[in-house]
Amino acid sequence: MTLEELARVAASEQEAQARFQHRVHVCVAAGCLSSHSDQLKDALEAEVKQSGSGKTCLVKGVGCMGPCAAGPLVAVTPPGLLYQGVTPQDVAEIIHSLGRQPVSRLSYPTDAPFLRRQHKVVLENSGEIDPEHIEEYLAADGYSALLKCLTSLTPLEVTEHIVHSGLRGRGGAGFPTGLKWTTVAKANSDRKYVICNADEGDPGAFMDRSVLESDPHRILEGMAIGAYAVGADEGFIYVRAEYPLAVKRLRTAIRQAERQHLLGKNIAETTFSFHVDVRLGAGAFVCGEETALIASIEGKRGTPRPRPPFPAQEGLWESPTLINNVETFANIPAIIRNGGDWYASIGTEKSKGTKVFALAGRVHNTGLIEVPMGITLREIIYDIGGGIPEGRRFKAVQTGGPSGGCIPEQHLSMPVDYESLMQVGSIMGSGGMIVMDETSCMVDVARYFMEFCMTESCGKCIPCRVGTVHMYDLLTKIADGTGTDADLALLEELCGLVRDTSLCGLGQTAPNPVVSTLRYFRAEYLAHIRDKTCPAGVCSIAKTSEVQV
Amino acid sequence: MLVDFANPSPPSEDRRWRLVEATMRRHGRQSHALIESLHTVQESFGYLDLDALRYVAAALRVPLSQIYGVATFYHFFSLKPQGEHTCVVCLGTACYIKGAANIVAAIEQAEHIKAGETTADGQLSLLSARCLGSCGLAPAVVFDGEVAGKVGVPEVLERIRGWTRHDVGGTR
Repeated sequence: MTLEELARVAASEQEAQARFQHRVHVCVAAGCLSSHSDQLKDALEAEVKQSGSGKTCLVKGVGCMGPCAAGPLVAVTPPGLLYQGVTPQDVAEIIHSLGRQPVSRLSYPTDAPFLRRQHKVVLENSGEIDPEHIEEYLAADGYSALLKCLTSLTPLEVTEHIVHSGLRGRGGAGFPTGLKWTTVAKANSDRKYVICNADEGDPGAFMDRSVLESDPHRILEGMAIGAYAVGADEGFIYVRAEYPLAVKRLRTAIRQAERQHLLGKNIAETTFSFHVDVRLGAGAFVCGEETALIASIEGKRGTPRPRPPFPAQEGLWESPTLINNVETFANIPAIIRNGGDWYASIGTEKSKGTKVFALAGRVHNTGLIEVPMGITLREIIYDIGGGIPEGRRFKAVQTGGPSGGCIPEQHLSMPVDYESLMQVGSIMGSGGMIVMDETSCMVDVARYFMEFCMTESCGKCIPCRVGTVHMYDLLTKIADGTGTDADLALLEELCGLVRDTSLCGLGQTAPNPVVSTLRYFRAEYLAHIRDKTCPAGVCSIAKTSEVQV
Repeated sequence: MLVDFANPSPPSEDRRWRLVEATMRRHGRQSHALIESLHTVQESFGYLDLDALRYVAAALRVPLSQIYGVATFYHFFSLKPQGEHTCVVCLGTACYIKGAANIVAAIEQAEHIKAGETTADGQLSLLSARCLGSCGLAPAVVFDGEVAGKVGVPEVLERIRGWTRHDVGGTR
């Protein structure tokens, strides 16, 4: 497909869609699917057919719209209404209301801060296009960035755009993407690979899943641009097997793109070829680490190896390999279309662009949000998230999963960017954001994450394999009310040791939840140790101490 | 079972082995097809038994020890058959904060099994998941592959009782 053909297909698809007076979008991403939105879509289609409005009203399944807790969601355009908690019983009423008075009892306020405060780049097509039809992605300017690269930019110019954009890796560590691309591009080898890390293992994070399910072509386009920039012709997407819907939609997308010659051999009649294949993860958290992920693609146990050499020099099958996270690749087409300077105009000085967060836990509006970097935590939790339900008090927000930390109330006015989060003892991470209220015990939370790291430790290096077990035991003693001051001192010593001596990121960051909760909630640890009480009433001593009183 | 390494043949006449064959062939019988092949075996047969591991090892020319290492390293692979019904409780952070541990404890108490085990009659396997990515719907439980969100202990127990009691009555 050449640039002209692409424009033609896009125009005819736009025209076809414009013929419909009413468009009814049903969310068929995982969140709403679990409340049977697929049956809802069938019911809507049947109703449209029955009422004879098949020529004026289009019903289609789309990706995630964001407010997952209010699902199943149905959007009606025009005039841009959003209905929540829709059941098949409501279908007739919705279809009959088209062009008339909206069904007010179902409506979700579209002027709510949850939708209004967002800035969509990565999620611009989520909830708008049908993820299983490539034509819809083409109609939304899809693959135009790839063709622009192939026809009018040199690989060096593409990389320069990414460098100028200031984009940093969205997997968590925030390594400058442009620098990574430059390193792989400069590596001297006739075989190079591109890998998309879709092994979203952090508990409490579902951003990548939503992007994969809602806009899979975007990832493929980003990867193909990356491959062109660094000189690779083969790529892999490593996805968790726990995300079957994402895997299915990715495979469909690859097939469709190949049929349109937007992937495969001689893309858009140029000399550039790029083949993509999906590889399934098998439930190992450590495989999110890049060298472990590479081992897993090679069919081995997913254990990391020392770096350097970094994958950019020596990665998959010892060849230079570009590994980026799903969200990083999803940013690429927009950056190429609008220019690196446009992207750099969003966000803060050192953290450019937007970030997708999965907002969950003890907060009113749970779901997926995309906000500009530099927004404050307070805006995210109270304006977008709608605050804490049941009139409870905010206690902490956890970012970065098992590698991150808990941020207390006093830092809520802090801007969200890589450096600020690091300063208060947490990390940006991949984007999970879990809000906790006074019903959560911080010792219990630290113990929960340590149990996670202990089980997920691959066992290759001793500090991580043994250290996490001992830290978990010490935390259990403290939670049980049998811990002593000496245990606490030992725990703190181990935190430093495991951080400094572990082989990979899993071990190096495993102490973070303990360190950050000790930093801000030391009094809670001391209450467990000295007063033998759990202030939040979560740990087992809470029950025994009540008996004693 | 002994395997002819020069010319490995499937452990049985079962047609499902053709699916496994197809996966291995698609990857050119390279050793890196190992994880993909095990996925196909588990998808087709429900779990990985020793015969399957031996066959895949021979067909891909990978030492059995390495295959066993891979099969036991990844949580997703199971070396034991699952029960008739499975109940997976998500223990991701969002679900944990909203009381998923109580759900596991209640099922363990009601059905006298621990997470990761199957009831003696083979009716129910209780599993826990790291995170299903359905955090907006926490706490989430998967009943026989179907995700249910915002669940409470009573409805989970009732759903499970529906499976197990069904058999006490002998109506199968």
